[in-house]
Amino acid sequence: MAKYLLLKHYRGAPDPVNDVPMDRWTPEEISAHVQYMNDFAGRLQESGEFVDSQALAPQGTFVRYDGEGRPPVTDGPFAETKDLIAGWMVIDVDSYERALELAGELSAAPGAGGKPIHEWLELRPFYGVSPTATECLFHG
Amino acid sequence: MDEALLRSLTPGVLGILVRRGAGFAAAEDAVQDALVEAVRVWPAAPPRDAKGWLVTVAWRRFLDATRSDAARRRREDRVEEEPAAGPVPTADDTLQLYFLCAHPSLTPSSAVALTLRAVGGLTTRQIARAYLVPEATMAQRISRAKRTVSGVRFDRPGDVATVLRVLYLVFNEGYSGDVDLAAEAVRLTQQLAASVDHPEVAGLLALMLLHHARRAARTAPDGSLVPLAEQDRTRWDTAAISEGVAILQAALARDRLGEFQAQAAVAALHADAPTAAETDWVQIVEWYDELAALTDNPVVRLNRAVAVGEADGPRAGLAALAALDDSLPRHTAAVAYLHERAGDLPEAARLYAEAAHRAPTLAERDHLTRQAARLNTRLNT
Repeated sequence: MAKYLLLKHYRGAPDPVNDVPMDRWTPEEISAHVQYMNDFAGRLQESGEFVDSQALAPQGTFVRYDGEGRPPVTDGPFAETKDLIAGWMVIDVDSYERALELAGELSAAPGAGGKPIHEWLELRPFYGVSPTATECLFHG
Repeated sequence: MDEALLRSLTPGVLGILVRRGAGFAAAEDAVQDALVEAVRVWPAAPPRDAKGWLVTVAWRRFLDATRSDAARRRREDRVEEEPAAGPVPTADDTLQLYFLCAHPSLTPSSAVALTLRAVGGLTTRQIARAYLVPEATMAQRISRAKRTVSGVRFDRPGDVATVLRVLYLVFNEGYSGDVDLAAEAVRLTQQLAASVDHPEVAGLLALMLLHHARRAARTAPDGSLVPLAEQDRTRWDTAAISEGVAILQAALARDRLGEFQAQAAVAALHADAPTAAETDWVQIVEWYDELAALTDNPVVRLNRAVAVGEADGPRAGLAALAALDDSLPRHTAAVAYLHERAGDLPEAARLYAEAAHRAPTLAERDHLTRQAARLNTRLNT
């Protein structure tokens, strides 16, 4: 019972094996891709491992505090940021091995030529809840 | 209305339905319906016999569901006749339910979810909130779990150890959402202890009570961790400690030592010390030796090494830690702590920062970062 984030990058991840941009796919290939993603989420819902899935628009703006009584300063959007998050899926699984297995499955989504994209996904664990009975002598 | 009482009746009611011939999955749904109905109806019209009321309503729900199912499948209606209730040994039913919900064919998360619903009487929504997943996800997890155990015979004894592992998992989840899972785990373990006479059940119950007793002192008002040595011991729950110690002593007297009894013994020695300085670390090391003989859990060896550091000095503790795999969770934190005790503050500060980076929980990360910051501030002034 641990939550993991499967992070999908527009940019910033290593190049996938089947590295053809989506706008060069056929419409049918795009449909097959979308269908695969929906089916994947559906399977996770059925297995009781699904928590959340979201996609992000690419236009990001940096914002920061600029002092008392002043409006926040903004910067961007930047056309060519090094790292750009496309979206994520959150899963709740029994083990790290299961998380790896699911990430591998998601990365096999079909792309150009109907072949798996082999896209690199970033797998990040959520922090667990505070330890109770497993508490350590030196903190808790 | 007393929701705890209502929920404590769950396993008994479910057991009766199953004994009457209802399949586990359908019976469990019917009992959930009856619980929901009770929450709705009882405040205005409390029943004289709460359990009898639940059995009647749940059985009627079960028959309705079976009838409409059967009607869909075929016109014949053979379930019209109620099977005779027969003698109902409640304690046995409850125990069988624990076995079923912790069946080895279930994954840990499914066993936990099924136990909380079928034995604990929590709703799917409450369980979903406690584990911070969508209700639909938890509903799927529970119905899959029910399918998985659908072929399991209800009258076969199971393994108490698997049940204890499930309850231990629930306890460790602590408190999130609107359900206090640690308190729920204590209640379910008390209920199990009333159904089966087993020293390790008593050991786990004692362990939970002794840890639960320290809960108020374990976190500061801002949510940060308070280490054992710095806890305000006047805030420990002395009633829970006495109860835990008494249960543990009775279990130990039976001379069938197990992992949970040994862990509880360590917890009892901490609870017994009026101040951190008066902790009997020598005995704690001995209990960790017992534990290490019972299990090859590396976390036990890590905790033992820290206890050695308290009993025989930080250098001895560091030597014990050096013999362990340094990729173990909390290994770096333990090394940092013992370096501080040994007076090597720069190394301790560096290691605390490193340990913070590898901490498995947010509370620990923040705690370890503060330790590093505290030492760095001292070193720079």
